[in-house]
Amino acid sequence: MNNQGDRSKSFTRRAFIVGAFQGMALAVLGGRLAWLQLAEGGRYKTLSDKNRINIKMIAPSRGEIVDRFGVPLAINNQNFRILIIPEQADDLEKSLQKLTGLIDFDDRRIKLVIEVSKKSASFVPIEVTDNLSWNEVAKIEVNLDDLPGMSIDEGEIRNYPFAEATGHVIGYVGAVSKADLNGEPVLTLPGFKIGKTGVEKSYDQYMRGRAGNKQMEVNVRGREIRELEEDVSRDGQRISLSIDAELQRYCQQRLSEYKSASAVIMDSYTGAVYAMASQPGFDPNLFTKGISAEQWEELMSNPAFPLNNKAISGQYPPGSTFKMMTALAALEVGNATPKTTVNCTGRYEFGKDKFHCWKLGGHGLLNVANALMKSCDTYFYKLSTEIGIDTIAAMARRFGLGEKYGFDLSEERAGLIPTKEWKMGKYGKVWQPGETIVSAIGQGYILSTPLQLAVMTSRLINGGSAVKPWLVGYIDDKKMYPDEWPKMGIKKSYLDVIKKGMDRVVNSKEGTAYGSRIEAEGMEMGGKTGTAQVKKINRAERARGIMNEDLVWKYRHHALFVGYAPVESPRYVVSVVVEHGGGGSAVAAPIAKDLLLETQKRNPAASDIKLSNVIERPKRHV
Amino acid sequence: MFDTVRLNTDQSIFQKLQNLGWGMVFLVCLVACIGFAALYSAAGGNIEPWASKQIERFLVGLVGLIIIALIDIKIWYRLTYPIFIIGFILLIIVEVMGHTGMGAQRWIDLGFIQLQPSEFMKIAVVMALARYFHAASQEEMRSIRFLLPSLIFIFLPVGLVLLQPDLGTSLMIVMAGVAMIFLAGAPIWLFITGGVLTAVSMPVAWYFMHDYQKQRVRTFLEPESDPLGAGYHITQSKIALGSGGIEGKGFLQGTQSRLNFLPEKQTDFIFTLWAEEWGLMGGLFLLTLMGLIFIYGIAIAWNCRHAFGRLLSMGLIVNFSLYVFINIAMVMGLIPIVGAPLPLVSYGGTSMLAVLVGFGLILSCNVHRDSKLPRMQ
Repeated sequence: MNNQGDRSKSFTRRAFIVGAFQGMALAVLGGRLAWLQLAEGGRYKTLSDKNRINIKMIAPSRGEIVDRFGVPLAINNQNFRILIIPEQADDLEKSLQKLTGLIDFDDRRIKLVIEVSKKSASFVPIEVTDNLSWNEVAKIEVNLDDLPGMSIDEGEIRNYPFAEATGHVIGYVGAVSKADLNGEPVLTLPGFKIGKTGVEKSYDQYMRGRAGNKQMEVNVRGREIRELEEDVSRDGQRISLSIDAELQRYCQQRLSEYKSASAVIMDSYTGAVYAMASQPGFDPNLFTKGISAEQWEELMSNPAFPLNNKAISGQYPPGSTFKMMTALAALEVGNATPKTTVNCTGRYEFGKDKFHCWKLGGHGLLNVANALMKSCDTYFYKLSTEIGIDTIAAMARRFGLGEKYGFDLSEERAGLIPTKEWKMGKYGKVWQPGETIVSAIGQGYILSTPLQLAVMTSRLINGGSAVKPWLVGYIDDKKMYPDEWPKMGIKKSYLDVIKKGMDRVVNSKEGTAYGSRIEAEGMEMGGKTGTAQVKKINRAERARGIMNEDLVWKYRHHALFVGYAPVESPRYVVSVVVEHGGGGSAVAAPIAKDLLLETQKRNPAASDIKLSNVIERPKRHV
Repeated sequence: MFDTVRLNTDQSIFQKLQNLGWGMVFLVCLVACIGFAALYSAAGGNIEPWASKQIERFLVGLVGLIIIALIDIKIWYRLTYPIFIIGFILLIIVEVMGHTGMGAQRWIDLGFIQLQPSEFMKIAVVMALARYFHAASQEEMRSIRFLLPSLIFIFLPVGLVLLQPDLGTSLMIVMAGVAMIFLAGAPIWLFITGGVLTAVSMPVAWYFMHDYQKQRVRTFLEPESDPLGAGYHITQSKIALGSGGIEGKGFLQGTQSRLNFLPEKQTDFIFTLWAEEWGLMGGLFLLTLMGLIFIYGIAIAWNCRHAFGRLLSMGLIVNFSLYVFINIAMVMGLIPIVGAPLPLVSYGGTSMLAVLVGFGLILSCNVHRDSKLPRMQ
């Protein structure tokens, strides 16, 4: 009994020890659990989410571009494409091979797809082909069981209904390049396109929209189990342009007979650009559908640079269209009055040099308005020597030459208005007085774009407002242009005499563009011709009787014309440059006439930009 | 010390039922319910296929538990060696003609149930040891000649289980057996010496291990080195547990487990699923319940007036707790994966039945704590 009692006590002790071990073990387990769930909980939570959440992005619809009347210029069309998930295709090549019998698909493209597939994980869908027709979609759909891993996906493709007519203004979209990647998630969407040129490029940020995303819970195999969260995508914003699409088309059409030309039609008061054409044009749809190597080669090798928007990036000597600047500069500094006359003898002697007027015999006695009308060179030679290049340059700059406006298209170029300082800085040489003389008639170093010439003309005839050109009127319903422009502070009487001269250029029998006058009452135009020398005909050639027309195309003169209409209360301004086209009065003025006539008939300034309702489009999932 | 009322050993069924130890039954049911909830969640919020069967088995087992508890401890005392021998024969049968499951032969297919004799053998070993030490005097407990034969009860079945091969169960039987010898009063120096010898023999054991066992040890030591291979289970289990946080992801919201990132979520990794969905709170709650069961079991052992009952109930509780520790430590990456279920919670027929039989015996010790058992064989 005693023995048993001792054993009982011993057992109680030892059972207590075992119990203590159990308690400790439980404490260790509890501690470990707390460590995993508290201290390391965050890390494991992340790991857990990575395990199970697949984020799927939802592509936003790209904002549309419409003209001032709401006519679509850039829209999104349905795009059916075939995607393949390599993992699900037993044999990628065999699978693709089956396509060749169904749609237009060949070995070269099979190779391309296989190449792409090697670069990405095997569960990532790859685009096999796109732009399928309904017929093709139907064919694929029927045979889908036979095409393991393939699926038909509905996306969007950019379409430009006006094709070549708006190619330069609207631009086009293209695949996101590595340099474009800036961390914005939408850019990483497969097949996402961004603007490469034109409005598509400069307003890309607004039209892009914001990608939504859908968090899908996936199982260990990546199969989707359920949707956790959806962050709705926001479609891009609509861009309403100042362009009148029909006028734009007319303008492009009108230039099409020339090898290389450009024109701008704008509103002298508001700065709205109604049309802006550059010949030769290109069809931006080529780029969205995938341009072939031959087509690309053709575009690139064309000496007239079809991809350049010459209306804003073509820089030409303004020629005689610059004479208004020289005249105004002289008027403002007081070296000339509207009544100042100069006697043109056909040449102007300055030191040892002789400068010829374009008219061999000379124009005789002329005042400012008539000098403009007849485009006498001597008159401006003389004024320029009195006031100097810097005065002329200052005036030209006030009229928007030699500067960028921060225009709605990034391809805009600044042109060049030389000064003494500029020449010293650029060439390290002193400005020569003779250079002032050639500058006075828009030759020499001076360069300007057709857009700048239109702006210059606008500022001349709108009463001296420093108007700037613009294309984008509204982003959705947000107004993007100012109601008023600052005054330049130029005396009305000076502007009036310039206007009088420009009126006479067209409407006086002695004017250089009389042949291109508009006879319709109330629609008359004023303007100024310009013929810019590209290559100086030297003495030897002159002696041999070589005329400009005999030179090869690239050495011929540029034909220019700046115009406005109607003469009474002017509103519309046009500038035309026909590269190596010959004379301004013979080639450029008739174009300007047609453009201004058409513009006045359509009268786009009569109504404000129409804001069509921004339609809510259904979201698409990629 | 001699309570006259308690000395009355002839209790009616009603009295026995009154003295059953319903607190323990309640705790067991509660833990089992946690298992049902976890299995329901493991099936994606579905009672099929696991929860329903588990409930069925539990209810059957619960009835068995009560019947076993009501059977006089003297009968169990007498049946001890026959049970051990039957269990041993079943183990041999498994070895000879058992079906292969999970790369090891562990099952006997009885038609309606696949029986795992090793589960019952653990109980039989504890019973046999309890009986062997029941009448031992303190002198005997100090004599090696008396102690050595007891090792037969341990190493005969362990040898067979190792042949299956089932390292986890073998180790558990050894540990439970060692605990029994300790509780019976063997000298402390024996255990110290044994511990040292075990440590020294580890490399030898490594040499005899199967490849999959070696791999498990390696994986345990460095799970992240092979996240998609052998270390996958541990890594995913830790992710699941860790991502549960304090409050858990919520019932039926355990993404890791339910999305099949977790292997064998309904059996060995059920604790992970539970703690992922219910967080630290749920995990600690379950551990606390287990702790209460241990305490209850120890209290029963303490109150038992005969050595057989003391050793039996204590041994079975140690056995149960070893299961709990090994399973939970395993899923938390504290020890290598050995393939041990969480008793009462994991899905599995034999395990559930064996555990309930064990609790039946513990409660029988409780009901018959004042019975007089023969001191000598």
